[in-house]
Amino acid sequence: MTALEERRDRLRHLLALAPALIVLAALFAYPLLGIVMRSVYKSGYTLDLYRQIFRVPVYLQVLGATFKVSAIVTLVCLLLGYPLAYVLVTRRPRTAQLLMIIIVLPFFTSIIVRTYAWMVLLGRNGIVNQYLMALHLTDAPLPLLYNQAGVVIGMTYVLLPYMVLTVYSVMRGIDPGLVRAAHSLGASRLQAFRRVFLPLSLPGIAGGTLLVFILSLGFFITPALMGGPGDMMIAMLIEREVEITLNWAFASALAVVLLALTLVGFVGYNHIVRLERVFEGRG
Amino acid sequence: MAPAEGLDGGAEVRLQALTKAFGPVVAVCDVSVTIDRGSFFTLLGPSGSGKTTTLMMVAGFTYPTSGDVFVDGKPMAGLPPQKRDLGMVFQSYAVFPHLTVYDNVAFPLQIRKRPRLEIVHRVAEALALVRLTGYERRLPRQLSGGEQQRVALARALVFRPRVLLMDEPLGALDKKLRAHMQLELKHIQQRLHVTVMYVTHDQEEALTMSDRVAVMQGGRIEQVGTPGGHWRCRTAGGLEFSGMGAAALAAGQLVTAAVRPEKLVPADDAGVAALGAGANTCKGLVEEAIYVGDATRYRVGLGTDGGLVIKMSNRVGARPPSTGAALTLAWSPEDTRLFPRPSP
Repeated sequence: MTALEERRDRLRHLLALAPALIVLAALFAYPLLGIVMRSVYKSGYTLDLYRQIFRVPVYLQVLGATFKVSAIVTLVCLLLGYPLAYVLVTRRPRTAQLLMIIIVLPFFTSIIVRTYAWMVLLGRNGIVNQYLMALHLTDAPLPLLYNQAGVVIGMTYVLLPYMVLTVYSVMRGIDPGLVRAAHSLGASRLQAFRRVFLPLSLPGIAGGTLLVFILSLGFFITPALMGGPGDMMIAMLIEREVEITLNWAFASALAVVLLALTLVGFVGYNHIVRLERVFEGRG
Repeated sequence: MAPAEGLDGGAEVRLQALTKAFGPVVAVCDVSVTIDRGSFFTLLGPSGSGKTTTLMMVAGFTYPTSGDVFVDGKPMAGLPPQKRDLGMVFQSYAVFPHLTVYDNVAFPLQIRKRPRLEIVHRVAEALALVRLTGYERRLPRQLSGGEQQRVALARALVFRPRVLLMDEPLGALDKKLRAHMQLELKHIQQRLHVTVMYVTHDQEEALTMSDRVAVMQGGRIEQVGTPGGHWRCRTAGGLEFSGMGAAALAAGQLVTAAVRPEKLVPADDAGVAALGAGANTCKGLVEEAIYVGDATRYRVGLGTDGGLVIKMSNRVGARPPSTGAALTLAWSPEDTRLFPRPSP
């Protein structure tokens, strides 16, 4: 390919990307710039708002709680989602298809409706507590709502499909012949899983946990409805600053901090699991 | 690498009335055969003939509907593959992509919890056997198809199984490499005295390597035979020649004779001198000559016996036959394969 052709090729690619780039620039990059500006400019450039965030304990607590809840939700999603995805790839295609529809089905309902449904289930006199007491597993109703447990249950429910779908797509690319080869070489089911299947599915684990964790950080509706006063997450704090105290500059600063911490987390994660290799489809 | 344990190396494998039905479809029907210890046995047949299903039942990946497999007299019924101690090489290589060549070959030994020193030693031996010494630290994606297949072979042999099962292991390789690997495989099998059960649809491959060939068709073994034996045959058009039996033949049997076109040479002085006195010959007429660079393709009519196409290299000083000229072709009986044909 000559240099001229190459340049023309690149131009054509750029043209194809143009609509998306324009939309992103207008609706994402420009407002983001506005947010950053609002957080550092108040009749002159200043970092006062950031100082405030890192000096007042409440804000750090909210940040800490956000990361903690996100980490717990990610872990629970992985523990529930990985075996589920494994079952999906080992079933016959038709069964897998049916299960997949069941997994994706909740996406068709509004998240608010689903969250209220959980509140009905988990409340003091909710169905879950009624059953637990009827089975004499507990004497008094368990506190499942308006605390961290409620937040984790609600968020796990919403985010689990993302984990399952990500892990499943990687697992499906694993040649079942490799597991058979491991058996032919003397490996038991557990050994074949641990030494062949699990390492090959690591890209799915990496992608799924990253996706769920990042989505968790910005969660708002579920913690707002199902959490208690002590379970405020950073998105709720931002909303309060925007809606109630009308301190948009401070809300912007919080948003920038959240974005920055997410990016730091992403880079650190990338360092550990080498995402570019994950996205190339190798472990 | 030392031969497998025991005096004769390989184990005897006996298939007894092996049958496999998938619902109403009978994939393998009443297959009984005994494979001698240390011999190279091939199941030959088209796809869907049940040869791979038969092999999978020996490996333990498929359980028979009825019948059983015996390895040195020991019944295999109900034993999962990992308990059978049989080596297996797959058509898709199935080399672990996340492990280096060393770790791939060490895998069966690590599973068996062998001491580290022994593993190092045996992996080195196995890699030397397939001539991959120096490749230890490479990953499979850095290897060619042929090299990956050799890794798979080393991995299947490193734990010294007494039986090696191979499911069209050379199917994905190009023709030249395949021919080379066939010889190497045969060589390794003879050195280790391991019993090989080999599955292929390639007749030539089966005949090159096997001590015995079973021809499978529709889930049954049609016949079992030893390649070899000289036979004289006559075509309907009266052409007489001799060839090697691809399976057990009987006098008077109908056969299909096959010879690869590159084995045909014009029966000029040089050609006959190279083949010797016993060569097969036939006379024909050059109907067409097509120049293809370093060679010329000739379509040669053989009268009532039809015709064939041969390729001759354009040597310096060779006098190429022209269209319409009479041409006598010669080929060695060793290169002629006779396949039994069911009576009409």
